[in-house]
Amino acid sequence: MTFIVNGDEQDLPASTLAELLELLDYQGNWLATAVNGELVHRDDRAGFTLDHQDRIEILTPMQGG
Amino acid sequence: MLKLYDCEVKSRLLLGTAGYPSPAALAEAVRRSKSEIVTVSLRRETAGGKPGGAFFELIRDLGVRVLPNTAGCHSVKEAVLTAKMARDLFSTNWIKLEVIGHHDTLQPEVFGLVEAARILCDDGFDVFPYTTDDLVVGERLLDAGCRVLMPWCAPIGSATGPVNPAGLKAFRASFPEVPLIVDAGIGRPAHAASVMEFGFDAVLLNTAVAGAGDPAAMAEAFALAINAGHMAYGAVPLEPRDMAVPSTPVIGKAVFT
Repeated sequence: MTFIVNGDEQDLPASTLAELLELLDYQGNWLATAVNGELVHRDDRAGFTLDHQDRIEILTPMQGG
Repeated sequence: MLKLYDCEVKSRLLLGTAGYPSPAALAEAVRRSKSEIVTVSLRRETAGGKPGGAFFELIRDLGVRVLPNTAGCHSVKEAVLTAKMARDLFSTNWIKLEVIGHHDTLQPEVFGLVEAARILCDDGFDVFPYTTDDLVVGERLLDAGCRVLMPWCAPIGSATGPVNPAGLKAFRASFPEVPLIVDAGIGRPAHAASVMEFGFDAVLLNTAVAGAGDPAAMAEAFALAINAGHMAYGAVPLEPRDMAVPSTPVIGKAVFT
């Protein structure tokens, strides 16, 4: 399926958000995720089924003022 | 002690974490500042989340409380979603709410700010709104559920210090029971001391420390200035006078003829 991941189009064989994160080598607990403008809690990623053209945001901590 | 929502802190300096020459310089600046609260943000990460994780583990090791921000958000929708993602990631209800309305000045978009504040307060967030010194906006933010207000004293990163002292003093006078933090525009410790002398409860700054030649020394200088300003406010400074008033008693002065 094709997804928009952090603004970039990507073809990935992922059916859930957790699978997508694994395929993209996102590791650790320091991630926040949203799909189509809605938060997906970390505990819900494994059961969150993705659809073609879903817009996925993956954020991590960053320096800020 | 300063109480911000459920948290009591000794330090009245909240420190940003961006723009330091190195992670070690950031860590040393936080230590020297004795700050107990630092601001952080969320950004897209394309390298497997490792750099962001390493940054946050550094912050966690410092033992400070984090105040995530919604920096760079220009709409209510963006700010609310970013706040929710920050809560999920950092496990805190605290959010420094920024809704930016102007590209050049980074002036808050105060209408969206109030709307986003209401949504987030209703959702259980403890909102720290980055706002202007507009009194009516301050009232609306309190109506929305905010229990802390953070007016700017000048545009973010400008280092100009208070451009509208009268406005800041009016803000303090209008909200005597509300913790008020001056956020943005501070350049030098003297600026920080000045707003603390106005009666503000704390100062949030970043660039003035991170961009200094010696960030750690500047962090400590700011901490000292903020404490001095706070102490001076409590000691009730003299009001300026137009005419001279002799400090040495005139009575008993020798008369030479």
